Amino acid sequence: MPDLLIELFSEEIPARMQARASDDLKSLVIIGLVEAGLTYSGAAAFATPRRLALSVEGLSAASKAVREERKGPATTAPDQAIEGFLRSTGLTRDQLEARDLGKGQAYFAVIEKPGRAAAEIIAEVLEHTIRNFPWPKSMRWGAGSLRWVRPLHSIICLLTDEAGATIVPLEIDGITAGNTTRGHRFLSKGDIRVSGFEDYEAKLKKAHVILRTEERADAIWHDATNQAFANGLEVVEDKGLLAEVSGLVEWPVVLSGKIGEAFLGLPAEVLQTSMKEHQKFFSVRNPRSGRIEGFVTVANTETADHGATILKGNQKVLSARLSDARFFYENDLRVAKAGMGEWLDGLANVTFHNKLGSQRDRIARIAALAREIAPMVGADPAKAEEAAIIAKADLRSAMVGEFPELQGVMGRYYALAAGRAPEVADAARDHYSPLGPSDDVPTAPISVTVALADKLDTLTGFWAIDEKPTGSKDPFALRRAALGVIRLVLANDLRLHLDRLIDTQILRHKTAGNGDRKSAALLDAVLDEIADHGVFGAAVRAIIDQIEGDAPDWVQMVTHHTPDLSDSLVEFFHDRLKVFLRDEGIRHDVIDACLAMPGSDDLTLLVKRARALSGFMGSEDGENLIQGYKRASNILTQAEAKDGVEYSYGADVKFAEGDEEKALFAALDRAEAAIAPAMKAEDFGAAMAAMAALRAPIDAFFTAVQVNSDNQVVRRNRLNLLSRIRSICLSVADLNRIEG
Amino acid sequence: MAENPRSFQDIILRLQSYWASKGCAVLQPYDMEVGAGTFHPATTLRSLGNKSWAAAYVQPSRRPTDGRYGENPNRLQHYYQYQVLIKPSPPDLQDLYLGSLSAIGIDAGLHDIRFVEDDWESPTLGAWGLGWEVWCDGMEVSQFTYFQQVGGHDCKPVSGELTYGLERLAMYVLGIDHVMEMPFNDPQSPIPLKYGDIFRQTEEEYSRHNFDGATTEMLLRHFEDAEAECGRLLDMPADDPKTGKRIILAHPAYDQCIKASHLFNLLDARGVISVTERQAYIGRVRTLAKKCADAFVMTEAGASV
Repeated sequence: MPDLLIELFSEEIPARMQARASDDLKSLVIIGLVEAGLTYSGAAAFATPRRLALSVEGLSAASKAVREERKGPATTAPDQAIEGFLRSTGLTRDQLEARDLGKGQAYFAVIEKPGRAAAEIIAEVLEHTIRNFPWPKSMRWGAGSLRWVRPLHSIICLLTDEAGATIVPLEIDGITAGNTTRGHRFLSKGDIRVSGFEDYEAKLKKAHVILRTEERADAIWHDATNQAFANGLEVVEDKGLLAEVSGLVEWPVVLSGKIGEAFLGLPAEVLQTSMKEHQKFFSVRNPRSGRIEGFVTVANTETADHGATILKGNQKVLSARLSDARFFYENDLRVAKAGMGEWLDGLANVTFHNKLGSQRDRIARIAALAREIAPMVGADPAKAEEAAIIAKADLRSAMVGEFPELQGVMGRYYALAAGRAPEVADAARDHYSPLGPSDDVPTAPISVTVALADKLDTLTGFWAIDEKPTGSKDPFALRRAALGVIRLVLANDLRLHLDRLIDTQILRHKTAGNGDRKSAALLDAVLDEIADHGVFGAAVRAIIDQIEGDAPDWVQMVTHHTPDLSDSLVEFFHDRLKVFLRDEGIRHDVIDACLAMPGSDDLTLLVKRARALSGFMGSEDGENLIQGYKRASNILTQAEAKDGVEYSYGADVKFAEGDEEKALFAALDRAEAAIAPAMKAEDFGAAMAAMAALRAPIDAFFTAVQVNSDNQVVRRNRLNLLSRIRSICLSVADLNRIEG
Repeated sequence: MAENPRSFQDIILRLQSYWASKGCAVLQPYDMEVGAGTFHPATTLRSLGNKSWAAAYVQPSRRPTDGRYGENPNRLQHYYQYQVLIKPSPPDLQDLYLGSLSAIGIDAGLHDIRFVEDDWESPTLGAWGLGWEVWCDGMEVSQFTYFQQVGGHDCKPVSGELTYGLERLAMYVLGIDHVMEMPFNDPQSPIPLKYGDIFRQTEEEYSRHNFDGATTEMLLRHFEDAEAECGRLLDMPADDPKTGKRIILAHPAYDQCIKASHLFNLLDARGVISVTERQAYIGRVRTLAKKCADAFVMTEAGASV
C-alpha cells in the first residue's frame, strides 16, 4: 500500500485563505482518487504561508478492473434509440450483444475497464485539482496562463512504498513535479530532497518551517503567555488573530514589548484595535490595573541580535500609529466636551440612503420612535430620546473614521465626556447589539429601547421604499435586523404590539418632510397614538378632526394607510422567528398553528404558545390527541358538507347513550373550565395539560361510539359534541395546521 | 556589503544602480503632476500589450489631501515613489526585490521581512492586481503587485510592479523620526541639506494652495477641458495627412487623462466634491484611462503580436 505526498509550493498565500485551501486540496484530490477507483486509509492536509501539502496513506497501487453490463433498447427499436445507446456507451454496433428476454431481444453493452496504476490516476487528479482550484481570488503571472493564488513555483508529487519513492510524472504549464522543496525563506538555503511525508515534515522543521498550523499557533500562544507571565502580565485572548498570525509565519518567534507611557491613557479598545488592525499585535494586559500595557508581536525569523532590531522597529511603528490614535482621541474629546454639536450637525451631510435621507433624518426618526417605545420597555421617554439622538454621533468622530469597528464603543466614551448620564452613554455602545448570533442582548431599558427603535426604523424604511431582501440578496442586512428585534423582545420578555410600531414608523417614513410646523406637531401626536393604539384607534380620528382649513397631505396618507406593507413586514418577522425557533427544535407547523391565533405580532406571547405547544406535541398524549382531534374534525366537516348545516351548539348530555359518551361530556366540561382561565392567564402549559386530559375520553368515545347513528337526534347531538372538541382545541392553537 | 546609506539621495542612488544592474532601463520621472508612480506611462501604458519591458524610475507624486503644512512627521502632499515594472514578471521577482532591500542596507539576517496580502486596485485607472504589502519589522515598505488588468484590458503577459514609498523607507533605514529632519545629501557634505531645507516651505505653500488657494472654478473648467481634449485627440483619424503615417495620439491623450486625475485630486482637497459626486468624477477619469488604453493597444508599442 503506497503513501502519497503532494506539495504545492508558491509565493506567500494570504493567511485568511490557507485553512480553507488545505481542506479543499484534501477533498478535491481524495474525491478524484476515489472516483477513479482507488482506496486509501487516511489523509491529512497542511498549509504554511508558502505551501499547501497533502499526505495520503495506504493508497491502493492500482484501481481494480471493472466489468459493467448495461441493458439497451430492444433490437427492434428505431435506429435513433440504438445510436443514442452507442453514444452513451462509447461502443460500436457490432460490439453490442443481443440477448433473449423471453418477450423479445434487447441489446446489451458489456464495458470492460482495465485497472489503472495509481500514478496515472494521481497525475490526472492533481492536474485537474490545480487547474480548477476554488481560490477566492486567483491570478496569472509571467507569460503563462495557469491561475493560482500567487505564482506557483514547484510541485512535489511522490509515491512511496517498500521499494522506495517514485516521482509521479506530471507537468503543468512548465512546472514538472519532483521530490524537492525549499525551507524557510531566510533561515534555509537551497533545495531539500524528500522521500516521503515523515521525511518531508522532519526536514522542513530542520529548515525552519513548522508544517502544522496548529503547532505554530500552539507555539505562539505558549511563548506569548509565558513571556507575559514572566512580567506579571496576561495576553488578551484573540483566536481570530492567533489563526491569522499563524498563517503569516513559517517559523514563529514571539517578541514582547511595552506600550509607551504616553499612550496608556487611551481607551483599552483603541489600543487593542489599533495594534491588531494595523500590526497584528496581541494586547497584553496588567491583571492588577486591567489596563493594556504591552504587546506581543510574532516575527518570522531568528536573528543574531535575538530580535532586538525587529522589536525596536515594531515599537517605532506602534508609536507612530498610537500618536495618530491619540491625536484623534484628543480632538474627539474636545468636540465631545463641547456637546458633540459639531458631529450631530455633520450627520446632516452624510447620506444614509438616497431615498431615506441623511443620517440626521434617520436619527430624528429613531428618536421619535424611541420615545414611543420607551414606556413599553419601562424606560424613561426623555432619556431614551436623548440616547437615540446621540447614539450615532461618534460616526463623525475621527477615531471611528479610522476604525469603523469602534463605532458605539467610542460613542460611549464621548457621551460620558459630554457629561451624559451613564445609561444614556451605554445606549450609544449597546444599541447596535445584538449583531451576530453570539452577541449578548442588551437588557438595560434605554439601550433596549434605542436598539429596537434603530432596527425597526431600518426595517420599516427599506420596506417603505420597497427594498426588501430577495433570495440570497440582503444588502442592508435586514434579516439580521429582524433577528435582532426578535432576540431583544424575547430576551427581555417584552410585550409589544409590533404591528402598531411598524405602522407608526412606516407612516413616519412616508410622511417625512410633509406639512408645516404646526401640522407636524399634530402628525407627531397622530403617530404617537398609532404606536399606542393602532391605526384604527378612535383617538387618531379625533386628532385629525382638529385640523382646521385645508388638510395637509399627510392626513390622506394616514387615513388611507393600508396594512399591506406592515403585514408583509410582520410576516418577515414571522419567517425569521421560524428560523430562530427551528434551532430550538420547534417545528414550523407548530409555529404556524400559533401564528393563526390572535395577537401573533406579540412575539413573546407567540413564542410562549409555540414552546408550550411544541412540548405538548412531543408528549404521547399530545400526539394522540391531535389524531383524535383530526378524526373529530374530519367527521364533523364531512357531516356539515353533507347536511349543509353547521353543528356548533347544543350538545346535551341527556341524549348521551353509553358511558364513554357521558364521560366525554364530563371531560369536556372539565377541560373547558380549566382552559379558559389558563388562556386568560397566558398559562399555555396548564391549558395544554387540560387539553391532554381529553385524550383518553376522546379515544374511548371513538372506540365505543358510532357517531352516525340512525337516530337523527342522537347523531345531531354527537356532531354537536364533536364541535365542542373542535372549539376547545382551537381555542389553544390552530391544530389544523399541524402536519401528519 | 557596503556601509549603510547615510542620506535620502544615497538610498535613491543605490536603488537606481541596483535595478540598473538587474537590467532595468532607468527612466526619468514623468514631467507631469501625478498621484503615484503607476500613472507614469512607463507603467500604465507599457503594462499593456505583449512586448517585454523593464523600467525603473523615481516619480515625484502629489496627493493634495495629504498636505499637513510640513508639520506631520510622515505625511506630505508631495513625495517620491520608486517604481519598478518588469513584463513579463520574472519567476525570481521576490528575490530580486529582497536584493534591492539588501542594497539599501536592510539585512534580512537582522530584520523581519514579510509579504502580507494586499490586493491593489486603482479605480481611476480601471486597474487591479494581486500581491502584497511588504513589511519590514511591522512597517509597510513597499507594494508588490502582479498586474491583472489595466484600463480594462487583461494584462498578457502579466507585469510585476514594485512601488517603494521612498521617504518612509529612507526614514526607517536612516533611523529618522521626522521626515523634515532626514538628511537629503550626505551630512558630511560641505553644504549638508536636510529634507526640510528643501521641502518644508513648499509643503506649507502647497498645503495652503491645495486646501484654500486654488481657484475651484478654474479647476472645474480645466477638468472639463482636459476631458474634452482627451476625447478629441483620440477621435482624430489615425492616418496623419501630413506625413502619410498612421499616428494614434495615445500618449498626448493620456497626458490629458493624467491632468484630469490631478485636477480631481485638487478639487477633492478643496472640499468641493460631495460623496456622491466623488464616484462620478472617478468614473469620468476611469473612462478616459480606458479610452487611452484602448488606443495604446492599437499602436506599435502596445500591440499584442
